[in-house]
Amino acid sequence: MSSAVTLQDASHHAAHDAHHEHHHKETFITKYVFSQDHKTIAKQFLVTGIIWAIVGGLFSVLFRLQLGYPDSTFPWLEDILGHWAKGGKISPEFYYALVTMHGTILVFFVLTAGLSGTFANFLIPLQIGARDMASPMLNMLSYWFFFTASVIMASSLFIQTGPAAGGWTIYPPLSALGDASQGSKLGMDLWLVSMAMFIISSLLGGLNYITTILNMRTKGMSMTRMPLTIWALFFTAVLGVLSFPVLLSGAILLLFDRNLGTSFFLSDIVVAGKVLPNEGGSAILFQHLFWFLGHPEVYIILLPAMGMASEILSVNSRKPIFGYMAMVGSLFAITILAFLVWAHHMFVTGLNPFLGAFFVLLTLLIAVPSAIKVFNWLTTLWRGNIRFTPAMLFAIGFVSLFISGGLTGIFLGNSALDIHLHDTYFVVAHFHIVMGVASFFGMFAGVYHWYPKMFGRYLNNTLGYIHFWVTIIGAYCIFWPMHYEGLAGMPRRYYDYSNWESFKMFGGLNEFISFVAMIVFAAQLLFVLNFFYSIWKGRKVTTLNPWAANTLEWTTPIRPGHGNWVGEIPEVHRWPYDYSKDGRDHIMQDVPVGDDESHH
Amino acid sequence: MKGYFLLAIIVMIFVIIFQIAKASEYVSVLKGEEKTRKQNNKINGFMLVAFLVAGMIGVWVCNEWFYKMTLFPQGSASVEGEKIDFMLYLTFAVTGAVFVITQILLFWFAYKYQEKDGRKAFYFPHNNKLELLWTTVPAIFLTVLVVFGLINWFKVTGDPPANAIVVEVTGHQFAWEFRYPGKDGILGKKNFRLYNQPSGNSLGVDFNDPNSLDDIHVPSNMHIPVGVPVKLVINSMDVIHDVGLSHFRMKMDAVPGIPTTLWFTPKYTTEEMKVRTGNANFVYEISCDQMCGNGHFSMRGTIVVESMEDYKKWLDAQSPEYYSLMKIPDPNHPLPADSTGKAKPDSTNLTAAVVKKP
Repeated sequence: MSSAVTLQDASHHAAHDAHHEHHHKETFITKYVFSQDHKTIAKQFLVTGIIWAIVGGLFSVLFRLQLGYPDSTFPWLEDILGHWAKGGKISPEFYYALVTMHGTILVFFVLTAGLSGTFANFLIPLQIGARDMASPMLNMLSYWFFFTASVIMASSLFIQTGPAAGGWTIYPPLSALGDASQGSKLGMDLWLVSMAMFIISSLLGGLNYITTILNMRTKGMSMTRMPLTIWALFFTAVLGVLSFPVLLSGAILLLFDRNLGTSFFLSDIVVAGKVLPNEGGSAILFQHLFWFLGHPEVYIILLPAMGMASEILSVNSRKPIFGYMAMVGSLFAITILAFLVWAHHMFVTGLNPFLGAFFVLLTLLIAVPSAIKVFNWLTTLWRGNIRFTPAMLFAIGFVSLFISGGLTGIFLGNSALDIHLHDTYFVVAHFHIVMGVASFFGMFAGVYHWYPKMFGRYLNNTLGYIHFWVTIIGAYCIFWPMHYEGLAGMPRRYYDYSNWESFKMFGGLNEFISFVAMIVFAAQLLFVLNFFYSIWKGRKVTTLNPWAANTLEWTTPIRPGHGNWVGEIPEVHRWPYDYSKDGRDHIMQDVPVGDDESHH
Repeated sequence: MKGYFLLAIIVMIFVIIFQIAKASEYVSVLKGEEKTRKQNNKINGFMLVAFLVAGMIGVWVCNEWFYKMTLFPQGSASVEGEKIDFMLYLTFAVTGAVFVITQILLFWFAYKYQEKDGRKAFYFPHNNKLELLWTTVPAIFLTVLVVFGLINWFKVTGDPPANAIVVEVTGHQFAWEFRYPGKDGILGKKNFRLYNQPSGNSLGVDFNDPNSLDDIHVPSNMHIPVGVPVKLVINSMDVIHDVGLSHFRMKMDAVPGIPTTLWFTPKYTTEEMKVRTGNANFVYEISCDQMCGNGHFSMRGTIVVESMEDYKKWLDAQSPEYYSLMKIPDPNHPLPADSTGKAKPDSTNLTAAVVKKP
């Protein structure tokens, strides 16, 4: 590790100390609403994300009610939902709206904005030793664009024709034609406008994260001394900045097709008895544009969870993360490959088989860096001295889920097998485990671990343990059996299977899954309760470094103000993983290297 | 009323759990936080290894219960699908081993190396040999999977044999329609602008093309002979659909404006499958596997696989669409068209007809 300090580092250091001198007078509005403090913005992202997660989770409970009990009616549903659930039974229209919104909300609003938005904002300045983001103003705008996107998406839930209902992947022509689906009327326009706002938010955030990491590291914090969380958030931001604009272009072209009579994605269509004038467009083109974001998006969701899990596993094993450079290298490899595999979502669209072959090769190549990460995590645990904090349990759960869900990716990435498994419950099981639940576990781990830094209080441990155990057991009970349904070819996004000779035998299993889903949802509410209660009533943090961790955020005051450090920003002398070195439990990054210290 | 009662109980349970959790926090302060922490650590360490054991038993139970409900124990119903079954078993063998090994290591390490007084963690930041090992070994296994996968992929997606029967499949919201090329073996041209011209021309067939005149149009229920390759030419009239043939392990999107194809060779007739699956109601189903709107879940087609003899008999009984649409009597089929099983879009009738067949 180089200890050379660049001039740039030093000059930033000085500039920021100067900046810190003049304090602004803060009102309630500038402190809590239009705040430019990265920590407050992080909390805004987190709280908005939690609210969306409750909504998105509740939607899944509602549609699981239909899937689990297709023959039952629930009169109280009509009281709440009105004409969406006439006679106490969710209508197909509403079912598809729920499925679509569940996907959209969780993929974009919770696991992108709620996850990277929270932890990139919170951890980047604190862990690299900066007073704030490179552009606090853009950072604030990033949140408020996200907020605007949220308001628009939420408003689509209350319009006459209902929200978008064509699946979160919004494939045209279904999403382009109001005559093809109620949800493709005003709801779809709102979806697209909301997504455009969301993409702007994500780009503003991403540019800021990259700039901050590259330019604003404290003295001595070379790139190879950054915690893996920062590396992961850095690659996440790169992925977002390079791929989200492609979805933006797709969304705008789709808006044109919908409202201006263009034919980018439309050709040869007769809908509702009407022959449409469109000719020459390609519905498949949209899928290319969508998945050029859509696949990197999976890693935008997963990488921050990987970064946080790495950090938390190391801290709580009291051991350095095994193979730091390999961990960074594998993150880099995943980032590059993420851009080169999008068409594996399109093996059965009539894609040229020759082209498909390249995507098979590149897709399965991702398993190599993934394997490196898994084995490095396992070796990190090996011969450790492990403390099972709730954060640590969630990090271990993350690894378990990443293994389970990652391995089924090897089935789906192989095009020959994908022919049978494509768009079945096997896919649902795969991506929910590897991208949904695993990333949620990363996020939970992060919240439990950094909550003391965020609020100066602890979350309740007992509730944390209950939350963990119910969630991991429940998640496996929900998603493991779905693999079998998928092997039988049971298609996704069906409202009712009871008329299908090939799939109706899974009725009992579906009921079981729905039942467990409700329990798991309830356990999440327990977490939410714990989260909000502990902000005001949680046990107070009394030490600077409650987890005995090495990274810089634990050198700040218990409740750091705007600017993070009182006085100078600490100088960094070592990598962040000196745990149990030379008989010392941990050596923080700002401790100078002693003459007698061994080199690894 | 029952609902609100249930809600009240759930809220009660919440409050109780919350109060217990809060109380345990106070107890931990009284008992000494360090002591409680160590106790929690032991409990969770044990729970992790118990979860591993229970999880592995759970996997075994799932296999016992659900594997026979999948389509794999009976084997693929198409010759080409056997390649896909082979890929499944090969991939399952590789990933299954990795799954078991890594999950055991994960939970076992967590249990074995839990915090103990006097234990010192081992400072072990990297080891290039180990890392090289777990880069190359997965790479080798994946190469094997990619090679077998691509060989089979090219076989399955390659050109069908010359003797393949061609059937055109068209999806629209929310049903399937089939067109057979008739005696000339060539499907007539279509143009979506000809939809409903003349009235009832639901596929937009161009009757100025002489090849169209003998084409046969059948809704919902497709007949194909056993043991002969069948090539499906797939279209959509409106949004993207997908021809999902789970028993044959085949699937292909139906995209408006871009015809796609797939082909397979059925191995068993519908009657044989009834015996093989032990299900007297067995029927080959076409499921729409691409979200296509509110009726997506009901977009069901059926396939009758029968002997060549029966298939020919069935085909001969069909009257070309041209005659019914132009309202001209069919010289070969003097009877009204609808007594032959044609022009009956109601799929339940057709399924019933299938079951009755010997």
